[in-house]
Amino acid sequence: MTTQRIDVSALARVEGEGGLHITIVDGVAEKVEMEIFEPPRFFEAFLRGRHFSEVPDITARICGICPVAYQMSACTALEDAFGVEVPEELQGLRRLLYCGEWIESHALHMFMLHAPDFLGFPDGIAMAEVHRDRVVAGLAIKKAGNRIVQVLGGREIHPINVRVGGFYRLPKREALTALLPELEQARDAMRAALDWMADFDFPEFTPQMELVAVHGADAYPFIGRRLRSTQGKDITLEQWPATFAEEQVRHSTALHACTSDGGTYLCGPAARFVLNHARLADVPRAAVGAIGLTPTLAANPFRSLLVRGVETLSALDEACRRVEAYQRPPVPFVEVTVRAGEGHGASEAPRGTLYHRYRVDDDGLIEEATIVPPTCQNLRAMEEDIRQLAPRLAEMPLPEATHRAEQAIRNYDPCISCATHFVDLRIERS
Amino acid sequence: MTHRPKLAVWKFASCDGCQLSLLDCEDELLMVAGAVQIAHFTEATHSVLPGPYDISLVEGSITTPHDAQRIQKIRRSSKLMVTIGACATAGGVQALRNAADVQEMARAVYPHPEYLDVLATSTPIADHVSVDLELRGCPIDKGQLLDVLAALLAGRAPQIRDEPVCVACKRAGVPCIVVAEGRPCLGPVTHGGCGALCPRYDRGCFGCYGPSGDAHPEALAAPLAAVASPEEVSRLYTTITPSRASFQTGRRLAVLGQEES
Repeated sequence: MTTQRIDVSALARVEGEGGLHITIVDGVAEKVEMEIFEPPRFFEAFLRGRHFSEVPDITARICGICPVAYQMSACTALEDAFGVEVPEELQGLRRLLYCGEWIESHALHMFMLHAPDFLGFPDGIAMAEVHRDRVVAGLAIKKAGNRIVQVLGGREIHPINVRVGGFYRLPKREALTALLPELEQARDAMRAALDWMADFDFPEFTPQMELVAVHGADAYPFIGRRLRSTQGKDITLEQWPATFAEEQVRHSTALHACTSDGGTYLCGPAARFVLNHARLADVPRAAVGAIGLTPTLAANPFRSLLVRGVETLSALDEACRRVEAYQRPPVPFVEVTVRAGEGHGASEAPRGTLYHRYRVDDDGLIEEATIVPPTCQNLRAMEEDIRQLAPRLAEMPLPEATHRAEQAIRNYDPCISCATHFVDLRIERS
Repeated sequence: MTHRPKLAVWKFASCDGCQLSLLDCEDELLMVAGAVQIAHFTEATHSVLPGPYDISLVEGSITTPHDAQRIQKIRRSSKLMVTIGACATAGGVQALRNAADVQEMARAVYPHPEYLDVLATSTPIADHVSVDLELRGCPIDKGQLLDVLAALLAGRAPQIRDEPVCVACKRAGVPCIVVAEGRPCLGPVTHGGCGALCPRYDRGCFGCYGPSGDAHPEALAAPLAAVASPEEVSRLYTTITPSRASFQTGRRLAVLGQEES
């Protein structure tokens, strides 16, 4: 009998802290534990008693990488509770802000964290010693995304310009159009980078998993009221609590989400692409055709790099169009009339669906908050991928197996600070 | 420079945003990486160099018994320790637990609170070890971070001014949120560094850099009471750096004012 142990005590190039422990006995994964030791911060507990208007600023602090996602899911959930309709031009600006976050977060992951795996570098900075132009172009793309968030949100991390009902202050047209040359350059650079990345060597791997994403009614999804899955789910947000569940395991301070019948599902770029690729606009759609990315190929988690590239191109293309068409709306926000009730919100953070639910009292104070971050939903899928990869890992020398297992986790761009970061991979070889 | 100082980045309870600020220096990142040896930065790299470290940047607050031990080890292996952000310098938003029952909070969030090993409080790094420099903000300002790194590399003092948000706001020519708009704002008592961001975006400051050194919440109590309810003022003081003494005073004054009237 041979038992292999892979221990990665500190998973690198992920956001947050976690470890991965794997025990493989005769090619079968006996134990796969994604250990999350990110200290719990109890957001859902201390949100109780806070005023609804504070929720976007407080929940942003759950994650420094995707604060816009937290603000968008929080705002839409509270607007749902109060029965507030946000005018289309403000919804368009929310999409523009979200484009900025996708571009920034995806570019960081692609160029600094994920691409080095395929080219054999320990990080983006070492990769820059050989592929300097690529890394410089990647950083410029990242910066273009950050510029959007900075102008529209006030600052890149924990923007201050988002409120329930809209924005505090709307940018002047000139402030946004000044970004256009940088955005167009980034769009063209991303298109070129896709050709470069499409030639990487992607390990063959197609796990069978239910994919879930916000349904984009007429465009690639950011914020929505429905979710769809590859196994026929088509639900409203009100049906979320009956459709999905969260469980706690001893090895993780992050709750693990599953379907209410105990099934593993996956959200994030692959799920969004498979379920919504028909809603991509002309520019990203043409790129998808040129690099030959199909839904079947996109379901390979190692190819999430390419899906992120397509989504970044899509966000840059949409941002250019929105900036060109921008006319300052008449009012920055709609007034909210407080009423007691419950509201649900969901949006697509760069790494997957982020669901919020709030119960609010007559004074607009939060009575109960439930937040399900994307990484909590993907933890089971990450563990499942390692189980399915186990026979292959067992045949590799330990350093190579460890690297491959870590890469399999990084495929998900896990954000462990919101999962409430870090991998300790053990392949026990006995 | 013949000697490239070793830079380490450490994380405690936090959102990752302050260390992300370093990766957000898109134009300067490769230059910084050339000027130092990045010896420990888990979010960005696999490579780890052994200590001692010339500069340690510490993000996050102390919330678990394990982390209370870990910071001692990191201090021993660090020549200079710079704490970055509201969590590391003030306990962060998670210090809202300090005035609550953490076990009750754990039960509210987790089905098995017994799996958790947490402290009753979230405390700044300086409560546990000596800290050489504190950089405020939620998140920190990346310009300030670059200035601190450049200063430490050049052997000069960093140019971080301790003046309230209010001063930057006046300098920017923004009409006063409290006086002109009749809305609450913590600008007069909050540490500057953001360039009066919120007032420039037509909203009151909610204190995310924490109290300034000379904060006088006593002087702000009456103007705030004139434009906001005691509950609103109390919540405003207990948002991102709820455990800081001056903000606690501000909160108490709001509540006391209510009892007197």
